[in-house]
Amino acid sequence: MIRPETLDGLLRLFPQLEHSEFRGQTRVVVPRELLPSVWQTLRDEFGFDLLIDVTCVDYLHYRKARHRFGLVYLLAATATNERLTLRCYLDEPDLAVPSAVPYWPGANWLEREVWDMFGITFTGHPDLRRILLPEAFTAHPLRKDYPLQGRGERHNFPVLTRAQG
Amino acid sequence: MPLEPALLTQDLAHDEQQDYLWTLNFGPQHPATHTTLRLVLKLQGERVVDAMPDIGYLHSGFEKLGEHLDYNQYVTVTDRMNYISPLANNVAWHLAVERLLGIEVPPRCQYLRVILCELARISDHLLCTGAMGLDTGAFTFFLYAFNRREDLYDIFETLCGARFTNSYTRVGGLMYDATPLFIEKVRQFVRTFPRTLDDMQRLLDRNRIFLDRTRGVGVLSREDALAWSCTGPVARASGVTRDLRKDEPYLCYRDFDFRICCAREGDCLARYLVRMSEMRESLKIVSQAIENLPAGPVNVGQECRAVLPEKPWVYSTIEGCIAHFELAMSNRGFETPCEESYAAIESPNGELGFYLVGDGSDVAWRARCRPPSFVHFAVFPLLIRGHTLSDVVAVLGSLNIIAAELDR
Repeated sequence: MIRPETLDGLLRLFPQLEHSEFRGQTRVVVPRELLPSVWQTLRDEFGFDLLIDVTCVDYLHYRKARHRFGLVYLLAATATNERLTLRCYLDEPDLAVPSAVPYWPGANWLEREVWDMFGITFTGHPDLRRILLPEAFTAHPLRKDYPLQGRGERHNFPVLTRAQG
Repeated sequence: MPLEPALLTQDLAHDEQQDYLWTLNFGPQHPATHTTLRLVLKLQGERVVDAMPDIGYLHSGFEKLGEHLDYNQYVTVTDRMNYISPLANNVAWHLAVERLLGIEVPPRCQYLRVILCELARISDHLLCTGAMGLDTGAFTFFLYAFNRREDLYDIFETLCGARFTNSYTRVGGLMYDATPLFIEKVRQFVRTFPRTLDDMQRLLDRNRIFLDRTRGVGVLSREDALAWSCTGPVARASGVTRDLRKDEPYLCYRDFDFRICCAREGDCLARYLVRMSEMRESLKIVSQAIENLPAGPVNVGQECRAVLPEKPWVYSTIEGCIAHFELAMSNRGFETPCEESYAAIESPNGELGFYLVGDGSDVAWRARCRPPSFVHFAVFPLLIRGHTLSDVVAVLGSLNIIAAELDR
């Protein structure tokens, strides 16, 4: 769903990017340092004006995985109906990436959710707080080393009785 | 009444002298929020200076559950995301799974899914516009809308036995085929619904109170709509001509004749009008699809090994028995590629997509949902700044925030 000339143009400007395709979807792997310049180029020169989603995948114990986390940016161009997926791989302990909020303000809550669920910090984010979980929560529950049951999170919260209320 | 633009642009939120501002806690249990969401409003008199949404009250870890339930089990969870139009969520989920597996469903299944998506859209828009009318004082309008939603629930009940949480789709097909009774009920709905729409529009479209409360309130410009990732009716009301049904036709939307409804103003009234006219277009699609429903199977064949085989084959042959066993046992199931894919549909609220990571088994490694409500609620402070407290419910209603989808 991306025109060949767009992809060629992007790869001419950034020859170090790897790209792959699956079921008609083009993915480009972007190193962390290049993210802001790739965003800028995609938005201003190739018309990718809509940031569909920002999410993350934890590859702990995934088959043939070489990195721990993979950030996913789904971009769309409304004028030409193109779509492009950007991937950025991260490894512990350095889990900081530049924030996309200066380029697409809509990334604000999406990045907050990634921080909440995976513990990836976005440098330059205006308001990086937890969004779905309570402020007092300490873990990042969508990581693969967080079990589905049995962490006893409910017991960590104080019980309020009617008398105290 | 709408305020003059000079007041809207004043940066009161970051004013030094904030002593005269007072803070109002709106929700999480407030009848006008309709669902469990909370807003912290900063008010100067009756004017909202700033709003801070606080969400997460309904967070139930759906995405974590998606990593532990298999592709057919998880459809029950998608029902509970946007419970106003669960069938659209079912279709979106299995479309994403089928994209990952590379399955193309047969034409009859595609047509039925399109019919269901459009009926779900009508049901969702009826609730959204109805609730918006209710919040701005139009109670009759709300009753008209809810009366017809009841008919839609009857249709869904005829189809799959459940009224509210349908879970009707399966990987590579549907739970079962539609019956003639379902087709008859849909035909009757298509015949009678335009009259209801006419009635509803006569009630509200030129109602002075409604127009005063929605026109020029919560204006979202085209640039802001794109920058804040808005999709669906919210973006189309601001002049973004993007509709996945036309732009990236999934299922069989190419076969139908319908229009995309857009507006330029980007205010609450534009969002209401876009939703009202979208219902008519959806009805056009439903009537075309139900009259041209192809014959044939609703499930893909056995060769792709993702669908449970037909029961006569299971009970009469050893091959069928083995095929059923291979899928039904919890330690077997079908295989998925170790790959990642994204598929989205134009859900009633906007682009609803699932980003799936397959790991070889029939349980997703990661099942990310791209919820339109979540993205739209982030725009709310932008829309409400400078308007009055009573406009909060109008803007909230026009965005159609579903808290279960917001928090997942």
